[in-house]
Amino acid sequence: MPQIATAPQRFNPGDHVRVRREAPAGHVRTPAYIMDKTGAILRVHGAFRNPEAIAYGGDGLPAMPLYLVRFNQGEIWDSYSGPQNDTLSMDLFDHWLEPA
Amino acid sequence: MTEHNHPHDTPHPGTAQNAEPGYYARRVRALEAALVQKGVCTTSEVERAVHEMELRSPADGGRVVARAWMDPGYKARLLANGKPAVAEMGYDVTDDMPELVVVENTDQLRYLVVCTLCSCYPRWLLGRPPDWYKSLSYRSRAVVEPRSVMAEFGLEVHPDTGVEVLDSTADVRYLVIPQRPSGTDGLSEDELAKLVTRDSMVGAADALAPQLAAD
Repeated sequence: MPQIATAPQRFNPGDHVRVRREAPAGHVRTPAYIMDKTGAILRVHGAFRNPEAIAYGGDGLPAMPLYLVRFNQGEIWDSYSGPQNDTLSMDLFDHWLEPA
Repeated sequence: MTEHNHPHDTPHPGTAQNAEPGYYARRVRALEAALVQKGVCTTSEVERAVHEMELRSPADGGRVVARAWMDPGYKARLLANGKPAVAEMGYDVTDDMPELVVVENTDQLRYLVVCTLCSCYPRWLLGRPPDWYKSLSYRSRAVVEPRSVMAEFGLEVHPDTGVEVLDSTADVRYLVIPQRPSGTDGLSEDELAKLVTRDSMVGAADALAPQLAAD
């Protein structure tokens, strides 16, 4: 596969991250319910062309690192009724994350 | 809940008897016509994509899971890197198919897959997702109250077993390896594959007990 421009991978498994709260117009791949929440990087999937740019005819470059991030359900929902160690993991692009 | 015992907020497609195409059917046709007219794609490319999706079904995922149950080495490769392991089974796997991450249910932890943003699903392996998977009800409730949703599928998860929801928001699709049912030691790989239901590979159900499997 040809080499494509890729943004640097800023996080590694185990790193704690917070999801940015932003409301840009248009297509985003980060659901609102996870914004401002803190989780830990579980897995690095590699880099993918940014779908938030591809949606508007862009080339999606540089490709953005994509991570599987794990959150405690109790961190996401104040009213979570299941066991407090239940978790939710979600794929999030690098530009939505900041160190926590 | 409905008699199917799973969340629904839309009727099954094909149940409406209207001869006239509905709003979405007309919209899709208009969109396809515009894309062809502007040279973005051809009608035959659209037809080929539809055909390729129709070729795949949950039975294909069932074969992959059954191989993983039979062969620990294969399961390790599948969990480490989904696409090459699926290709090993003889399936056509190409670069333009989304990544596949495979997870395994255990006594300690079980998974439930959802796409809250739309309906991301490992279509290239399992075919089209079920209607309930695309419903607003499932997409909104699976992340907030996964244990209640699983209970509605008939699955009471013990409080000591953790539940992890996987919200597939991007370029990765998720497949769950359900736990191998007890009493299946003597079964062949083909027989095992019949126990692996579509819902079990989303994490919403267990694999069938052998006496429940249809011939």
